[in-house]
Amino acid sequence: MKLSLTVNGQPRSAEVPPLKRLLDVLREDLALTGTKEGCGEGECGACSVLLDGELVNSCLVPACQAAQAEVATIEGLCNPDGQPGPLQRTFLECGAAQCGICTPGMIVAAHCFLKTDEPASEQRIREALAGNLCRCTGYQKIVDAVRLEARAAR
Amino acid sequence: MFRDAVASVGEVGRSPARRDGSEKVTGRALYLDDIQFPGQWWGRTVRSRVAHGVIKSVRLDPAFDWRGIVCVTARDIPGENVVHLIEDDQPCLADGRVRHCEEPIALLASNDRERLEEAVEHVRVEIEALEPVLDPLKSSRVFKELLIERNVEALPAVFASADRVIEGTYLVGHQEQMYIEPNAVCATPGEDGAMTLHGSMQCPFYVHRALQRLLRLDERKIAVIQTVTGGGFGGKEEYPSMIACHAALLARKAGHPVKMVYRRDEDVAATTKRHPAIVKHKTAVARDGALLGCEIEIVMDGGAYCTLSPVVASRGVLHAGGAYRWPACRIAGRVVATHTPPNGAFRGFGVPQTIFAMEAQMERIAAELGIDPLKLRQKNAYVLGDQTPTGQTLNWSVAAQEVLDAAAARSQFAEKSARFSAAKNGRRRRGIGLSLALHGAGFTGAGEVKLKSRAGVELTARGARVLSSSTDIGQGTITIFAQMAADALGVSMDDVEVAAPDSSRLPDSGPTVASRTCMVVGGTIEKAARQMGRVLSAYAAGCYGVPEGSVSCRGGVFFDGSRALAPFATIAERYLRDLGELRVIEQYAQPPGIEWDEQNYRGDAYVCFGWAATAVEVTVDLDTGEVQVDRVVQACDVGKAIHPILCAGQIEGGVVQALGYALLEELVLKDGRVVNSRMQNYVIPTSLDAPAIEAILIENPYPHGPQGAKGLGELPMDGPAPAVAAAIFNATGALVPQLPITPERLLSMLEARK
Amino acid sequence: MILSGIQVNTVSTLAEAYALLAKSPPGLRVLAGGTDFMVQLNARTGVDSLGQVLDIWNLRELRGVECTDGLSIGALTTYSDLIRSPLVRELYPALCDVAREVGAWAIQNRGTLGGNVCNASPAGDTLPVLLAADARFVLGGPRGERVVPASEFFLGYRKTALAKDELFLRAELPLPSPRQRLVYRKVGTRRAQSISRTILAVRASPDGAVLSEVRVAAGCVAPIPIRCRVTESVLEGEGLDDRLVAAARNALNADIQPIGDVRGSAEYRRRASANVLEQLLRGLAGSA
Repeated sequence: MKLSLTVNGQPRSAEVPPLKRLLDVLREDLALTGTKEGCGEGECGACSVLLDGELVNSCLVPACQAAQAEVATIEGLCNPDGQPGPLQRTFLECGAAQCGICTPGMIVAAHCFLKTDEPASEQRIREALAGNLCRCTGYQKIVDAVRLEARAAR
Repeated sequence: MFRDAVASVGEVGRSPARRDGSEKVTGRALYLDDIQFPGQWWGRTVRSRVAHGVIKSVRLDPAFDWRGIVCVTARDIPGENVVHLIEDDQPCLADGRVRHCEEPIALLASNDRERLEEAVEHVRVEIEALEPVLDPLKSSRVFKELLIERNVEALPAVFASADRVIEGTYLVGHQEQMYIEPNAVCATPGEDGAMTLHGSMQCPFYVHRALQRLLRLDERKIAVIQTVTGGGFGGKEEYPSMIACHAALLARKAGHPVKMVYRRDEDVAATTKRHPAIVKHKTAVARDGALLGCEIEIVMDGGAYCTLSPVVASRGVLHAGGAYRWPACRIAGRVVATHTPPNGAFRGFGVPQTIFAMEAQMERIAAELGIDPLKLRQKNAYVLGDQTPTGQTLNWSVAAQEVLDAAAARSQFAEKSARFSAAKNGRRRRGIGLSLALHGAGFTGAGEVKLKSRAGVELTARGARVLSSSTDIGQGTITIFAQMAADALGVSMDDVEVAAPDSSRLPDSGPTVASRTCMVVGGTIEKAARQMGRVLSAYAAGCYGVPEGSVSCRGGVFFDGSRALAPFATIAERYLRDLGELRVIEQYAQPPGIEWDEQNYRGDAYVCFGWAATAVEVTVDLDTGEVQVDRVVQACDVGKAIHPILCAGQIEGGVVQALGYALLEELVLKDGRVVNSRMQNYVIPTSLDAPAIEAILIENPYPHGPQGAKGLGELPMDGPAPAVAAAIFNATGALVPQLPITPERLLSMLEARK
Repeated sequence: MILSGIQVNTVSTLAEAYALLAKSPPGLRVLAGGTDFMVQLNARTGVDSLGQVLDIWNLRELRGVECTDGLSIGALTTYSDLIRSPLVRELYPALCDVAREVGAWAIQNRGTLGGNVCNASPAGDTLPVLLAADARFVLGGPRGERVVPASEFFLGYRKTALAKDELFLRAELPLPSPRQRLVYRKVGTRRAQSISRTILAVRASPDGAVLSEVRVAAGCVAPIPIRCRVTESVLEGEGLDDRLVAAARNALNADIQPIGDVRGSAEYRRRASANVLEQLLRGLAGSA
């Protein structure tokens, strides 16, 4: 199928089998390798992207269901010059990334949570990020970063 | 967060944003699978489904279209069919006999990834199954046996006359590293048999040497380059040699780069795990809680091949007595073979296993004697000047008491322990538990001397470039090396680069393991940088006609006494122009007075120890056995916190990984085959399972460590599991002697006590 | 099975869907949010005979929560939709709460009630709640619509009453009577992204300690999610005291047939289920 969609504000298209995973479309056809694969079963969240504003695991979204959709990936959260945006800078300051493989998905999820504007309690932050597994950080500095960013945004 | 902070000027002791952070948060960091190698093919592995057997035949299904697909078996190996490590007993591809489920038998490669997936199902392997040995207690094949004895002649009398003799048996299971990036490599064939290997790994030189033996190639024809690595934890210490050998064989036959990225279930089922262990304790104690003597017996399950088992067993045995003074002891350990996937390195490397047993035994002792668990530990914990079971005198940097005090105070242990154990109402019970752990930094005994690790710096136009094969796997190697080299040279961190690990271009700094990277390699880099500083100072003195002795570099400027001479960059450019390159490589030197007897296992096992006390608070659900961890406090003595945020990161990450070990992570095997090889079924902690972690950094300098620094990578992993068991004990009166403490095990024990 | 060769039919109306179903294409699988189907596809399990895919994600007719003479929940209602629905929160808060315990946020945005129902896993988390609520499932196809009570929908391990040419359209839950409460407890393998070890749902109208209109449903303790009818009959109309609790625990033991699997033994499931039942009952009857 010819898949036409908007990725990070840009119209993109690719010729792909309809069941090709959105994750693979992004990484292979669109050369956006910021989104990662950790498990292929929707458990780890390393593949998290926004699909029409909602957080999804792109390893579970077939191309046929991304037609005409607006997708946001980690690359889209950077500043126009490619440098880290505000949330990404806060992650850096807090030491919230170690090996970094979970980081793109984690930041996309955190960004999505912060967009909801709900009170950023420790519990709610942890619940929002519970679908993004991290093996390095123990989550502490990630939660700290999100809390800090929530406060800064208000 | 600090105690006794050593005043530092410069980069060390600060927490600058990590050097590789910008790429990681923007998604620009290139992990192996993000890289498109020109003309790349993909590779897959055909594995045994049987734990033990004789291979009768390996056939390609004639009904399948094999065009465009390359197949490799043991016959295609030009050199030795071995993945070189310690014993060289592990074949790269099974030939004749299989000894574990998932053992690799054949390899396939193609540039059509979909057809390749199909092809894997069409390799027909016929195996005549043999009876497997799956119980380590029934195995007769011993990889290594160890014995540590101290005043062992006195032991019978000690046991006979002790006020109490307390016994306990403790079981710990496998643990899977579950790095979020699976094993991934790409082998690129070059001219004349040369091979370049890119991959996710901890130890480029291990891979380099393995490829040499397998391919029968001169070392200069091989280059191993570490790509940004998404987690290792020991799981990418020795295993990458295997996948690299596989990719190289396929690349050689296909004539194209071959990329191998493991599927998650394949990675969980086939690669190395933490060694399961059975640990028996028999302890003689005095009524007042003094530990008088012990017999400890350890059996570890090494899986089918030796890998690093002797070293894991060694470290486990050396830490089995915990952080306590033993007037007399006998500690025996052995690691044996079973027909299961080989076990290997995982953060802690034998220590989490034996410390769990020792600390659980301490809880048992405290309860039987009616002594507070904190006081029992304080009474027996090492102090400066004590001797370990191997006869090592702890001459420096001992902080057992200090970390205990810090963790107990911050967690309000005494008050909560009393309050929680008195509260007997309701179906949910709270508890608090404590543990004390130690971790020897660097390789055991003469290991560091044998490694002859080399690292250094070379001059650049504005500063220096660090040259080392140590890898950053998330812990922050690149960042701390830049800090340490910058301080040693007297320049800003911004002017120090760290070269990307490439085995063809960089000195062998030894593996990135054993909590050695900062202390051993960082220290060696500092030494080299100081030497470079002396050379440049002498040169600058010559340039300006001033006495050598009064020239030094501070804040990026060369000074003659207090008079500024020139910026570093000016001197550097001039040097490079006049004299060419300046490279200083140093070799690690063991501090004086360290003596180890490998034959008799006596002497100074480690140059120094790190110390950690962990306090864990839990809520136990008596209806389901579920345990929620509410809070963890861990105090660690690190010698010197080179980068406090990175240090805290090691503590927080290690603690949560250990909570998984304690409560959630159980590898289920049936007939030697892993049954729960997916993330859905082998569960690690989520952000909701992890509580807030409070890290307390204590600095008790190691006099021969760089700025006093010791090791920290593994220490945080050693203590939380027994602290969890102790907390559950405090809450319920049940001490579960087995990990993981699943709801089922706990509920079973609670029911049995009714 | 070569992935790129599988045909996907994305339909925009029920009529289109029914037209395809009427043709009975071999190996047809229905695709909603993909949180089960795509996992199977990735793992190459359960897709051996996959022929074609019917993609129903765009069927507006299957979305939405309404309340007329009952609560009507469209099959494509996601877990996030359930969590956010004021109607569901008001009438069946247990369904909102159990939806929060399915997977995690990203799964909740794509997983659907219909997927949970039609996959019919014995571990499906919403299923005991639907059973305890006396839900009825509206099925439709080219041959028309019919209603099947939830308690008659699950026929065997991952086998349902859905015919090959039918789709699950919506679940209908009766308006709860004034004093009625529905409570549940999921015992999972961890605090998020977890499969249940056992899960119980209990509905009752407590009058003091007397429970009536009792429904008890359980998951993970049989090949299908079940109503625990012996337990229900023991409890119905009786005042909850220690003796009745003990009787209910025994009855539950007769109702369930748990097996041991990778998540735990049959023994554990029995113990934990009985304890959870007691906890839920005492909570309903107002005694701790």
